[in-house]
Amino acid sequence: MKKILIASVIGATMMIPMTANAADYTIDTRGAHASVNFKVSHLGYSFIQGRFNKFDGEFSYDKNDIEASKVTVNIDTSSLDSNHAERDKHIKGSDFINVSKFTSAQFVSTKVTKKTDGGLAINGDLTLHGVTKPITIDATFIGEGKDPWGGYRAGFEGTTRLQLADFGIKVMGASSYVDMDLQVEGIRK
Amino acid sequence: MRQTVSGYNKVAKLLHWFSAIMVIGLFAAGYWMVDLSYYSEWYKPVPHWHKSAGLCLLILTIGRLIWKSITTSPAIEGSPFEKKAAAAAHHLIYLLLFILFLSGYLISTADGRGIEVFNWFEVPGFGSFIENQEDIAGLVHEYTAYILIGLASLHGLAALKHHFINKDNTLKKML
Repeated sequence: MKKILIASVIGATMMIPMTANAADYTIDTRGAHASVNFKVSHLGYSFIQGRFNKFDGEFSYDKNDIEASKVTVNIDTSSLDSNHAERDKHIKGSDFINVSKFTSAQFVSTKVTKKTDGGLAINGDLTLHGVTKPITIDATFIGEGKDPWGGYRAGFEGTTRLQLADFGIKVMGASSYVDMDLQVEGIRK
Repeated sequence: MRQTVSGYNKVAKLLHWFSAIMVIGLFAAGYWMVDLSYYSEWYKPVPHWHKSAGLCLLILTIGRLIWKSITTSPAIEGSPFEKKAAAAAHHLIYLLLFILFLSGYLISTADGRGIEVFNWFEVPGFGSFIENQEDIAGLVHEYTAYILIGLASLHGLAALKHHFINKDNTLKKML
């Protein structure tokens, strides 16, 4: 009985590499070939562009099996940077994203589907300001291939609109939503 | 009074010659790598090795200074002027090395990123202390490197002069 059990365990572990062939990538935050950008209305007259400087994440992607794709991103909310220290302090404060209480934001994909136009719909849960809500990121695959230094890279672009009220962030004036613009390049593990 | 010695001890010699090789290697790598094309296969690994080796040399140099302070070094030979000039040059070489370590560190960590040493451990970064730190530190690093190589060449030539012209113990005590 024991032998059969051991044999089946060995057999099962040997089968794993046969089924998993989606490549795993680490998002290249070290080389800053990825960015998490946001755009939010200023009084309804113009837009402020900012970003989160510190984040990390990983994804798996296989162009032949899109549905098996996954992505996880963790963002250090205190790294918000809108090129204006006093404004950053205000946005990071309790009026808005309250980074002392909610130090990180996280996106974990739940389902990735290929759209008819060739783009990708990345459904997942975003945790921001302590609230977890499902969102959809409209993504586009940009390209993949070898880099000149012995690695292999794949990159995507994505956008999504977040309604501040959905995440319990107070809406002030015209700034009821924020458009996220995501640039993601990963290095294959 | 400490007892006098006629030559440097084995560890001091090893550290000296190893540092010499490292300094020449770091200079050559640095001189070469700054002109590499982004699409060169060397563009990423060489700066990584340069930074890693440089930080290792920093640790080694601190160790070397501690070793020098607890062991006895032989006296400098030559005329009173030569003795003063040699001591000044030796001190200046150490000073230039530390300026290079610091300025190099300040280039790479200007944005708060740490420096990975041979994927072995990471030296943390503390961001910028002055505006355009990476540019200013870069210039300091470059010019200091040229001065160090110039001074090290003079140092080598002086040792050869003592050996072949004065025929004294200067070079032999380091061999």
